Order: sequence, then C-alpha cells, then structure tokens
Amino acid sequence: MKHVRFTNAHQSITFSRRMMLVGGAQAAIGTMLIGRMGWLAVAQNQKYQLLSESNRVQLIPVPPRRGWIIDRAGKPIAINRSSFRVDIVPQQLEKGRDVVGELARLLTLNADEVDRIHRDLSASRGFQPVQVAENVTYEQYAGVTVRLPDLPGVQATRGFSRYYPDGPAVAHLLGYVGSANAKEYEAERKNPLLLIPGVKIGKQGLEKTLEPYLRGTPGGQRVEVTAGGKLVKELDPKPDRSGQTVQLTIDQGLQQFAARRMGDQSGALVAMDVTSGDILAFVSMPAFDPNSFSEGIGRTEWGNLSTNDHIPLLNKVAQGLYPSGSTIKPAMALAFLKQGIDPKRRVHCAGGWQIGNRYFRCDAVHGSMDMRSAVERSCNTYFWATGLITDPEKTTEMVNYLGYGQEFDLPIPTQRYGTMPSPEWLEKKYHRKWQGYDSANTSIGQGYVLVNPLQLAVMPARMGSGLLVQPRLLMNRTKKSVPRLDVDPEHLAIVRDAMAAVVNERGTAVASKLPIDGVLMAGKTGTAQVFRLGERGHQGSWALRDHALFIAFAPADKPRYAIGCIIEHGGFGASAAAPIVRDSMTYLFDKQKAFAALDPLEKQWGGTLAERNARQLESFKSAPPAGA
Amino acid sequence: MITSAIIPRPLARLPWRLIFLVAGIALFGLMVLFSAAGGSLQPWALKQGSVFLFFLGVAVLMSWLPESTIKALIFPGYVLIVLMLVAVDVLGFAAKGAQRWIDLGPISLQPSEFMKPAIALTLARFYELLPVGEVRNWRGIWPALAMLGVPAFLILVQPDLGTCIMVVLCGVTVMFLAGLPWWLFAAPAVTIAVAAPIAYSMLHGYQRKRIDVFLDPESDPLGAGYHIAQSKIAIGSGGIWGKGFLNGSQSHLDYLPEGHTDFAFAALAEEWGLIGGIILICAFAAVVRWGMKVAANGRTRFAQLSAAGLTACIFFYASINLMMVMGLAPVVGVPLPLISYGGSAVMTVMLCLGLLMAFERQQRTAARTF
Repeated sequence: MKHVRFTNAHQSITFSRRMMLVGGAQAAIGTMLIGRMGWLAVAQNQKYQLLSESNRVQLIPVPPRRGWIIDRAGKPIAINRSSFRVDIVPQQLEKGRDVVGELARLLTLNADEVDRIHRDLSASRGFQPVQVAENVTYEQYAGVTVRLPDLPGVQATRGFSRYYPDGPAVAHLLGYVGSANAKEYEAERKNPLLLIPGVKIGKQGLEKTLEPYLRGTPGGQRVEVTAGGKLVKELDPKPDRSGQTVQLTIDQGLQQFAARRMGDQSGALVAMDVTSGDILAFVSMPAFDPNSFSEGIGRTEWGNLSTNDHIPLLNKVAQGLYPSGSTIKPAMALAFLKQGIDPKRRVHCAGGWQIGNRYFRCDAVHGSMDMRSAVERSCNTYFWATGLITDPEKTTEMVNYLGYGQEFDLPIPTQRYGTMPSPEWLEKKYHRKWQGYDSANTSIGQGYVLVNPLQLAVMPARMGSGLLVQPRLLMNRTKKSVPRLDVDPEHLAIVRDAMAAVVNERGTAVASKLPIDGVLMAGKTGTAQVFRLGERGHQGSWALRDHALFIAFAPADKPRYAIGCIIEHGGFGASAAAPIVRDSMTYLFDKQKAFAALDPLEKQWGGTLAERNARQLESFKSAPPAGA
Repeated sequence: MITSAIIPRPLARLPWRLIFLVAGIALFGLMVLFSAAGGSLQPWALKQGSVFLFFLGVAVLMSWLPESTIKALIFPGYVLIVLMLVAVDVLGFAAKGAQRWIDLGPISLQPSEFMKPAIALTLARFYELLPVGEVRNWRGIWPALAMLGVPAFLILVQPDLGTCIMVVLCGVTVMFLAGLPWWLFAAPAVTIAVAAPIAYSMLHGYQRKRIDVFLDPESDPLGAGYHIAQSKIAIGSGGIWGKGFLNGSQSHLDYLPEGHTDFAFAALAEEWGLIGGIILICAFAAVVRWGMKVAANGRTRFAQLSAAGLTACIFFYASINLMMVMGLAPVVGVPLPLISYGGSAVMTVMLCLGLLMAFERQQRTAARTF
C-alpha cells in the first residue's frame, strides 16, 4: 500500500476545508442573487417600471373628426356624414362560432371580403377591432344590431365618412381620402391611429396637402388589458380634437356650374379674381366621384374610370399640358410693344409667310393687319413677321413674366408647369441654335410652348389687372400687397382693347359676348394643333381634333375676373372653349342668366352631371368589357 | 431545543427555530399564491397549504429515524427508484411523449424527485463504506460516477433537464466533499469553459439564436425570451418596497407567465419588492446554513456527507430557480421550493429537512460512536 497517503486525518481535514469552500460558494451565490435583484429593482427600476406600465396600459386611439373644407362664402364642400360600420373585436370572439360567416350572410359580403376579414383577424392584436364592412345601409346596420347578443365580438357602430356634396365637380381640386396603406403607415412611423378601421387620410389633391390641418389630434381611451388582450378596466380618457376647418378661395357655385357646363367634354377651367389672385374655380373634367373613392371604390367603377379616353383620373388643371395656341398672342403683343414695335405698324397677310425654305400658312387671307386687328382676327402672319424682327429672348421673358411656363406656389401635390422656350433654353435642352421658325412657332403658341390651365387663367388675370397676381387657393386673412406689372400702362391698354375687340367687334369670339348689359368680356381664342399643319380642323376622329382654348377677363373696362379654359380636342377655340367661359363668366355676374343657358344644354345631353354619371356607370356594369 | 417543564420532552427536542423558519417561508409562499389567484384561496393556496402541513408532519416524524435505519434502507431504496425511473421511461416511450409520473390510483409518484435526496444518501453511504485509502483511486471514482450517471441519464431522457441538473449537482457536491481529487472537478469545468466558445462558433444560426436569446432576452421579447423578459420586468418594476400585496400588474394581468409556479418569485418580488426578495433569500440562506452546520457537526462520515448533500439539494433548488427568474440562467423548469405551487418540490425539500432533522437529533442525543 505504497500509494496510500490518504488517511482518516487527511480525510477529516479535507472534509472541513471543502465544507468551507462549499459554504463560501453558497454564500457567494446568495450574495450575487441579492446583488442581481438589487440591480434590477433599484438601478433599473425606472426602465422596468416603464415597461410594466406599457404592458399594463394600452392606448386605444379615438380618431378625431376630419376638418371641413368650405368655400369662400363658408359653404361646405367637404364634410363628414355619419355612416354605419361593422367591426369585430378579436378578443371577444368565441371559439367555434362562425361569426364571420353569419355576418357575410347578413351584410351580403362576397368571398373576397370574407377572405380579407379572416386574414385581418389572424394578423390582429386582440383589442384592436377588425373591419368587417363600412358604409352599410341602415337596414343592414339595424339587422346586425338586433342580433348582437348572438354575435359575440361584433361591434356595430355609427362613425363618420367623408362626403363631398358636389361629387365629381370637386374631385381634382380636393382629391379624396382613403385608408392608409403600408407605405403611408411606415412613413408616419407606425402611427397606431392609421390602423383603426374607418380612419381615412388624404390621398390626393387638397385632402392630401392639407392633411396636417384637417386631421386633428386623436384622443385616447386608456385601458388596462391583460396579456391575452382582455380589457380589465377603463382609465381616464384623453379627449380628441377635431381637425381644423379650412377655407378655400373657391366659389362653390361657380365650381359646380363650370363642371356642369363642360358637359361630357374633356377639359379644364380655372377662374380667378384678378386683384387678389383667389382661385374661384378649379375644374378638371370629366372626373371620378370622390365619394366612391372615399368609401373604397368598386372594381367596375375603377375599370370605367381607368379605361375612359377622357382620362377622368388625371388632374388636368395641374398636370395637363397643352400648346397655348393663339392665346399667347396678347402676351406676344405686349412683348412686341415693349421692344418698340409701333402698334400701327402694318403687315400684309396674303395667307401665309415665307420663313427660310418653308411657307407658313395662315388660317385665312387677312389682308393688311396692324397689332389690334391681328389680335382681334388672330392673324398668324402678323405674329410670324413681327416675331422675326424682335428678340426671342426678350419676348419669351415677357410671356413667361405674364404666367406661361411658371410654377405657382399652390398646395397641390403635383404641378407640371410646361415650357416657355427661349434661345438659351433651346441651347441647353436640344443643343441647337434658335432659328426663324422657332420664333414663328413660339409667337403663335406652337412648337415647344406648353402651358397648364392654371397659367391660362393667370395670364388674363395679370393683363386684366395690371398686377403681378399670384394664384392662391387658401383663404387667409393677411393679404399681401400685390406689386404692379413692370409694363407700360399704355401698352396694357392697347392689348386689353384688342382683346375686347376679339369678343365684341369683328373678332374670333363674337359669338361669345356676355348676355349682360354693360359688362363686356375681353378674351382671346386659341386652337392648339394636336397633329401637323394641313391635317388640322374638323377631323372625324375625336382624338385627332385640335384642342380648343380660351382666355378671358371681364368686365373689359374694369377687370374683376379672369378665366382660362381648355377643351381637349374641342376643335376651334371659339366654338368649344369660348362659350363655356362666357357662361361661367355670366354666372359670376348673373346666376339666373347662366342657368338659363345651361338648362337647355343639359336637357340635350340627357340630364345633369350626376344623372349622367350614374347612367354611365350603370351601362358599364351591364356590359363589362372582356377581362374586367 | 426549547427547554420548558410544560412542553413534553419529545416536542421540546424538535428544532423549533428551523420549523418556524420553514413555516414562515411556506406562509410567504401561500400569500403569493393567494395573490396570484386574484386574492383567493382557490385554486392554489389552500391546496398548497395542506400539502405543506402534511409533509411538515412527515418531516417531523422522520426526525426520529435512526441513522442505522437510513443506512439499511438506502441501497434498496436507490435500486427501487432507478427501477421506477426505467419504468417511467418505458411508459413514456410507449405513450410517445414526455412521462415523469407513475400513476398509483389516488396519488401519482414522480420518482425523479425522490432521486434528489436519494443520490446524496447513496453516495454518502458508498464513500462511508469505501476504505479511506481508496478515495483517490479509480475504485473510488467509477462506482460513484455510475451511481450518479445512470439515474441522471434516465431523468435526462424523460426529458427533464432541470431535475437532471439538480441530481448531478447534488451528487457532485457529495463527491467533492468526500475528497475526490481536484482535477476531477477542475478538468470538466476548464473543458466546458474552453469548448463553449468553439461550440458556439460551430452552431447553426437558429441554435445560436437560442443562446443569444438567453444572454439577451430583450432581443426576442415575444418569442423564446418572453418568460425571462416579463419576469425581469416584474422584479424590476417592484422597486425597493414593491407594488403592494394584491397589486402586482404583471402577475394579475397575466403578463408574467407561470406566475404561480416556476416564476412565483417574480410575482413575489413585484408585490413585495427588493425587501421581500431579500427576506426570502435570507430565510433560505438560514435554512441552508443550518443544514451545513448539521453536516459539519456530523458524527459519522455518512451523516456528514449526506447532510451536506441534502443541504446542497435545498440550496440548488432555490438558487437555480432564482437565477432563472432573474435572468442569470436559462429557463430549465425548476420551481422555487415552498413558494411555487406544486407538491413535488415541497415533498422533496421536506424529505431533505426530515432527514437533516434526524441527523441533527442524533448529534444531540445518540451516544458518540466512532
């Protein structure tokens, strides 16, 4: 037993030594546990208290009522209408009951909807309601309400939905509202308000740009909930604040009248107050019904809208670009005057003008023309000839100064402001020198000239008032003083006189005199070529016809209002656009006379705008195109 | 230990200080269960109270067991428990699921619970029988390893990782105190310390994630880290003085999972705060200290080793649970004895205490025999 060094004594010493070690380790672990607990409960107490509170208390946001939008006189153009909706609170559902199926029967939901509800339910957090249907009829609402005791978890509530009394007439001005999509939810850093069924945000137009004012501040119902999402008790609520009412410069009556007056044509009209720049009408037609967008648009209606060749989904006022055509001529005349052209200088129109190796053909053989008659009769030859002897850079500068090609500071989501070409611009964009034919094209508003309907109203407003007015859509009390145009008042008088002659003497728009005693309208027609010279005029196919334009202000001697209008493929400006401007202008002075002009037209078209829209949708539904 | 003429001698000889201490802990536990049930004796507190009283009685009766009887019963008892463990595994295999219980009509037995004190006693008996000189030889090591390894393996495959760890730790403590060479304990510890990072780097993404979640439960607060994260919130939000009896939001609103069983300490800390937690930890420390004293004063090698092993069992029971609840150890499913709802932990701890009381009584009364 050589190796046996381990004896009883050894063993006893080892045992007590190791007992001390074990005891020490136990004490160390005990101390560590107390230390750890102290760290959690004292050092990190605040952090964990916060976490515990956020566990315990859930904030159920109470959506605020969206602010109204009213017109300049206080008439509502976007309001909230009470509506009925049905939701499911997932935590209150009872297992083994097909509540969704029962609701689908009561509310006649289709399979797509039922699918969506099941998807939402499985993705939801217990206490947040899931939408079953909104804008249900009162009968359906009542039907669900009486069965509520048999439908655990179902909520039938009265809410509010956006309502636009004028429907399509304000569609492109106001846009529409809708439920937030995933991108908008992310963009607002996951604002829980956006997840509540029935909460809509601005998607287009002023509803979108004015969202911060219109939304208001959500209130909150603070509730104590269990981990399973069961509500334990309600704590003190935080009241919500409705969105602000926003007043626009729009004249609701004129807006609606102009929209109706356009009939089935595709176009845009903008009316302005010439001294303040207030936009009185902002009409793009045809248009969708923003009410059906706000309720969630049906597939047939969408199909109808997106396949229509009159593009009802495009806001033509802000995003439609058209050649200005002859509406540019008054501005051209001003530019010529500023460069020293004598208004009495005469040009002989023999039916056209030779520029380089090309012969430009005028609409007619006008004979000897001075500035006034050239504007009055819209003689291209005069402007070609005079454009060639003036500085295109300076000319463009003046036209641009009066509004064409300018972007305005307006609360609309997108604004395409077109082009007013100049030698410098041409060099930069197309890397070529300005040629004679460029001057010729520009001086009659063709070639590279592209304007939007807003500019068509700003131009006559500035010329009519002699002020550098800026268009505006929002009424606010502080009115900035508007600077005078940097133009010789005498020159302005000459051009205004010529524009008055267009409508009231022997001009191109004599058929569109105002039917009001003592009020004369001054204007200028424009016909913008869609296709090449020679094919112009009355084409059989609608899409190949020229655009018709008209700009005007009235009264001619003491201007108050200006209107710009474009009718796509309307043919001559005088025949399509001028009468619409005339009737809209009439509305501003005498509503009765204006309606007297509109009524027979609407009878001829087959009813008012709303009636015709409904009929069109009906016909679309009955004969859907293949694949829709 | 109370000397009084009125109280009969057998009663006066009971270790009353310990009994009051344990009863105090149990009472604290009953209050936690009362609160966890939303201020009601049902369904937990009443049942737990009667189970405790029953096993307290058993423990007091056990204190009269003579050491010789314990010695005589321990090997057959060990074999019987191992056989029951085999039976449980076979039944579990047949039922294609986890199986920890043997159903005996009115009561169901969980043999792995008995193994905790049994392993301490068995190894203590083995080292008592082993000639002194053999302790550091191979012959002193492999039978102990086998006696520990077989039940540990049988429990691990149930699967019950928590109990397995506890059985191993109890056994290892006895072996350590028996005087086995240092390297036997140091080598595995060093190996694990070195191998862990290497193993971690070789793990798959999802396996690694599980370890990451343990190290930082907040990184996955809704998934695997949910228990620990909510438990830490409960403890941390309690602060120094706690939210007050019946006012714990974490446990009452069900954010704290298992608030009446494994995570009962978190529920306690939420309502009673740091103060309540420290009082409880100190109470356990006092129990453990009492047990260690019994071990140190043991008259025989068997009494020394088994008392230390039984004390270690109580210690590991409490400390593993507390470490788990405070986020210092992974969630392995070890309840807090005398506090958590459930009879088996009470039974095990009271068996340990009963045996300890038996050893303690014999230290005071029996003739000293070496």
